[in-house]
Amino acid sequence: MKVSLFITCISDIMFPNVGKNTVEILERLGCEVDFPTLQTCCGQPAYNSGYLEEAKGSMKQMIRAFKDAEYVVGPSGSCVGMIREYPHVFKGDSEWEKPAQELAAKTFELTQFIVDVLGVKDVGSTFKGKVTYHPSCHMTRILGVKDAPKILLQNVKGIEFVELPSGEDCCGFGGTFSVKKPEISAEMVKEKSRHVTETGAEYLVGGDMGCLMNIGGRMQREGKNVKVIHISEILNTHN
Amino acid sequence: MSLKLEDIPFEEGVQKGIENDFMRQAVSGAQGRFRAGRLKQAQELGNWEDWRKLGEEIRTHTVNHIDFYLHQLSEQVEKRGGHVYFAETAEEANSYIKQVIQTKNAKKIVKSKSMVTEEIGLNDALAETGTEVVESDLGEWILQLEGDHPSHIVTPALHKNKEQIRKTFAQKRGYTGSSEPEELAAFARKQLRSDFLQADVGITGCNFAIAESGTITLVTNEGNADMVWTVPDTLITVMGMERIVPTWEEMEVLVGLLTRSAVGQKLTSYITAYTGCREEDEIDGPNDYHLVIVDNGRSNALGTEFQAALHCIRCGSCINVCPVYRHIGGHAYNSVYPGPIGAVLTPVLDGYDDHKDLPYASSLCGACTEACPVRIPLHEMLVLHRQKIVENGDTPFAEKMMMKGVGMWGGSPFVYKMSTKLAHSALKPWTKDETIENGPGPLKAWTAVRNLAAPPKQSFRSWFENRKKDGEN
Ligand code: SF4
Repeated sequence: MKVSLFITCISDIMFPNVGKNTVEILERLGCEVDFPTLQTCCGQPAYNSGYLEEAKGSMKQMIRAFKDAEYVVGPSGSCVGMIREYPHVFKGDSEWEKPAQELAAKTFELTQFIVDVLGVKDVGSTFKGKVTYHPSCHMTRILGVKDAPKILLQNVKGIEFVELPSGEDCCGFGGTFSVKKPEISAEMVKEKSRHVTETGAEYLVGGDMGCLMNIGGRMQREGKNVKVIHISEILNTHN
Repeated sequence: MSLKLEDIPFEEGVQKGIENDFMRQAVSGAQGRFRAGRLKQAQELGNWEDWRKLGEEIRTHTVNHIDFYLHQLSEQVEKRGGHVYFAETAEEANSYIKQVIQTKNAKKIVKSKSMVTEEIGLNDALAETGTEVVESDLGEWILQLEGDHPSHIVTPALHKNKEQIRKTFAQKRGYTGSSEPEELAAFARKQLRSDFLQADVGITGCNFAIAESGTITLVTNEGNADMVWTVPDTLITVMGMERIVPTWEEMEVLVGLLTRSAVGQKLTSYITAYTGCREEDEIDGPNDYHLVIVDNGRSNALGTEFQAALHCIRCGSCINVCPVYRHIGGHAYNSVYPGPIGAVLTPVLDGYDDHKDLPYASSLCGACTEACPVRIPLHEMLVLHRQKIVENGDTPFAEKMMMKGVGMWGGSPFVYKMSTKLAHSALKPWTKDETIENGPGPLKAWTAVRNLAAPPKQSFRSWFENRKKDGEN
């Protein structure tokens, strides 16, 4: 199966390991992975700030970049969620509505793709450690992916999985929200950090680097010893 | 008439909220209880998603045909001897009500809980007539004694704990008992009983007005609305114009969604229903009845992308799940309507000038949208508000410039690629051990409370390119 990787701008620039792990997992599962280099950002920062025209520029570029792809897979519930919204953004646009629909229909979040499209529930990885999972808001509520990441995590050999209390609560990232309303965002991430600490987990995993960068940055600032990592790192470990 | 509560900057309200530990504990505890109750009720009922869709359909249909149903409602009310008054503005509503009160020469008015009367500032308007107004909902009564505002649309005194309430009763009404809820409630009941018996005029809000019969229905847990409509000789209902359903059948669906979502109950202890004036064979109810239907900006939403804001049935469950509300409390929104629905509705009714921060007081986590029993896409409507603010050119200059840059960056693969190459060196001066603890410019707000992982030397795309080359060699 041919898969085009949608790296997301944040992982492209800040967290390249997420991309590396994603590529290796998909290849191990028998996919042929390519990377369309014309891709940029899904447009969410501008879109969520109300800058529709600026966002559309990005979105059109993404549609162009993945025009020929069979499947598009990205390691982020939020960014994939944004692409799934494209048809709504371009509704009534005679030129862009249809290509937007096509892109939305073939784009999947990594764990969603593995479980729902490839039909794989165990990626065959081994990981030793106590792990908790933050189900990010856009992954669960906008994209509707709730079970896939947990199924995959629970099938990792050697893992000790613990539920995160009040996991469904937002970590306070919210893209530009974190710098536009920093006081509120700060209280939210402090609460999230408290909940993670309560679990006694050594690792916090998630499927969205924006949220993880927020929670991880806060926990590091608090001097907490929890390692905050993307789910692809666990799914690509064989120790 | 602004919906603003206080003339302070938004950030100040937020700070006050964040520093109020009492309030935050009370709110967080209540949110936990309400959320658990709602989820349990939804599960017990089964097919919750289907019920929500039905709720949405009913609300959409009703608001789409609001002229027809309002006409039907007013005909029915008039048939039962009532007067109907359509108020376009808060001022019109208040002056009509004042006029009724003055004609009656009323000394005392009892009210049951009503958000729309908060919205139009009715109590302040009535104060000018010199008539005593008594709020009979326990939460509202507490706030009235203190001169405070509701911080929640269903449980107005959510931000208070029982010790604070005991103090208020002691200071204002000479209460000497304990802070046990039962004792506090018994005291309030006794005090309010004499008010009910003395009142010349009753004023209630309205949860659902039933167009086919002209009936006003209200949900309460204290039964106070029953006292308000049965005892006084004159009764006034104040309703927002969208608070209407076609028939009893739709009311039944919506009231079930409302009580389950609001407080996690199958039904509230009391559902009050009254229709027009007292008839000859009836032993209670008003001899003079007025229905005041308030627009006050609601028509602004009709036919626009904000119309769904009028679908709201005021259950408060979007507020009960909102993490922003949990940390800042209701008053920080500085609007009669707090929380996610407040952030959506307030600018629709009252414009952006006084409320331009509200659409941004959300991380867009979507918890509100998921909880709403009539499926209002609340977080999407917040984005729509942001779009309007941008369209109006009312965002800060620096933000405009930055977003222009973001647009160019995302729209051009060339510019974007450059950024993947430059990010590492651009942030190098602030980087130590791959971490930024004190970032420049817009990163300052970020690093004030958390570290930022610095971009590494090699971006993903450059790694992939090299890997491909290696593979080919
Ligand atoms: S918007 Fe929805 S959840 Fe919020 S109060 Fe209204 S009906 Fe309830």
